[in-house]
Amino acid sequence: MIVFPTPVQTTLLFYMNYRYLKDKVAGHLMFVLSALSLLLVVSMGVGLYLKSAPILADHSLWSLISASEWKPMKNEFGFFPFIMGTAWVTVLAVAFALPISLLMAVFLTEYSRPWLRRYVFPLLDILAGLPSVIYGVWGTLLIVPWISEFVAPSLSRSSSGYTVLAGGIVLGVMAIPLLVSLFIELFSNVSQDFREAALALGATRWQTVKHIVLRKSLPGLIAAVVLAVSRTLGETIAVLMVCGNLAVAPGGLLDACYPIPALIANNYGEMLSLPLYESALMFAAFILFFVVLVFNLFSRIVLRKVTQY
Amino acid sequence: MSVKLKFIEEKIARGFMLLSILIVLFFVLNVLYAVLRRGLPVLTWEMVSSLPGGGFYIGKEGGFLNAIVGSLYIVLASTTIGLLIAIPVVFYLNTYLKKTDRFAYVARIAYDVLFGIPSIVYGAFGFTIMIYLGLRASLLGGIIVESLLIIPILIRTLDEVAKNIPQDLLDSSYSIGSTRIETIGVVVRQIAPAIATATLLSIGRSIGDAAGVMFTAGFSDSIPTSLSQQAATLPLSVFFQLSAPQLEVQDRAYAAAVVLTVIVLILSLSGRFIMNFFSKNKI
Repeated sequence: MIVFPTPVQTTLLFYMNYRYLKDKVAGHLMFVLSALSLLLVVSMGVGLYLKSAPILADHSLWSLISASEWKPMKNEFGFFPFIMGTAWVTVLAVAFALPISLLMAVFLTEYSRPWLRRYVFPLLDILAGLPSVIYGVWGTLLIVPWISEFVAPSLSRSSSGYTVLAGGIVLGVMAIPLLVSLFIELFSNVSQDFREAALALGATRWQTVKHIVLRKSLPGLIAAVVLAVSRTLGETIAVLMVCGNLAVAPGGLLDACYPIPALIANNYGEMLSLPLYESALMFAAFILFFVVLVFNLFSRIVLRKVTQY
Repeated sequence: MSVKLKFIEEKIARGFMLLSILIVLFFVLNVLYAVLRRGLPVLTWEMVSSLPGGGFYIGKEGGFLNAIVGSLYIVLASTTIGLLIAIPVVFYLNTYLKKTDRFAYVARIAYDVLFGIPSIVYGAFGFTIMIYLGLRASLLGGIIVESLLIIPILIRTLDEVAKNIPQDLLDSSYSIGSTRIETIGVVVRQIAPAIATATLLSIGRSIGDAAGVMFTAGFSDSIPTSLSQQAATLPLSVFFQLSAPQLEVQDRAYAAAVVLTVIVLILSLSGRFIMNFFSKNKI
């Protein structure tokens, strides 16, 4: 016997199907949106690579990286000064920010009372929120004069103040909030049992931190530092304003330098004049992209593994 | 002997920690003090309420209203676009997919990576695409690049909270007959405070970003009236005016820096406030 559905049932069935259909279609749409992230990463890499292909065809990769002459009009593209500039500033910034952030994070998770945290977190929010151009203004107003009037004379050197040191300090301060928040997350992931076991054996709090907390979170700490390095590498406007922008590899803290992001930002206006010039700047962007990509992949995978449970 | 040593060590370590807090406090106050002390005395109402006049770049009359409005346009549009993309993605990752899903893992890593890519690279990439499509620097270009820049921030911030939505809550929604997409109301209500915080965070990020819009939005002295016109932005206004030789022009750069700082301060403090205020009511 065939049972025909009543009109009410048909409507209901249709409505149910419609809802399932909506569920499915929305799912597919949102899948596409989520997959776009991956597509964007890939297309960024491919796009920048294709754009830098002309200069890679004209010069070998090694000669681009190791040559130190930067004369676009004479077809000389040496990235060595810029790579060294970036390296100096980044290493200095992280070396400056790391001890401060580490101590601060330890204090906030292991020592401080909740009320103090309520006052310190907004400070970190402010540091994290201030735009890089404001840090640049701060650098030119205070750090640069401080270096040229105090630091350089006390070392009996003369300096304009627009130096690696200025860049390192400014970028270091900018890196502190990121490092502290990553460290706090890592430390609060260390099981409380370990701490209690150590304290029960008579260890002081600092001994617990030193032998238990820091050791337990070491892989995460390394990943966090790598992440901070990659963040510092890409800072543009602040370094552009305080580093001096001299295309010579720096020999010391009181020399001017010219990091890669500053190179790109400074020359975007004139780069269309020569095809190879544009390609060279896109190659610079590709270097940045590539290094940041590798660093980020490494540290994010480690961090996700560490903080998962 | 060693017992004493460890207590001395404890004291020293604690001292250094307090010192680190003081150093950070010093830097925060130092930055704010430097910007406000230089900028506040030269900030006038005319500067924030008028467009650049004829002799603006040699220090004559006018203000930087063009930059304020340009930044506002870019920030509002990119935040709206960002939310429209970020909320569905976060919803999808947390309800449609299982916690152990391979694709969800890869997508999250990809957003992490995008979050880390510097804005100058976004700018350069956006610029390349625009040249390829035959577009010039414009408001639209700036909006697109800023959207790309903040989408990863929004997704990461929302995802952190959405991950903690109890499965029971979703299950109870399914059990009264909702489909997964119909559960979006429940999820959005759960992550509402996070949406507010993430929005403020990304507004702060995109209003302060200069490297991304430098290539793509360009700069102009007037308020853009269509998407294809160039638009000025506050950070670029600070940056360009600061490199001028005239003191009057530099003054305006510092004044613009004060405006930018105040906006960002309000944003970041209210973000923290919202998070503290609403996190009590979460399940």
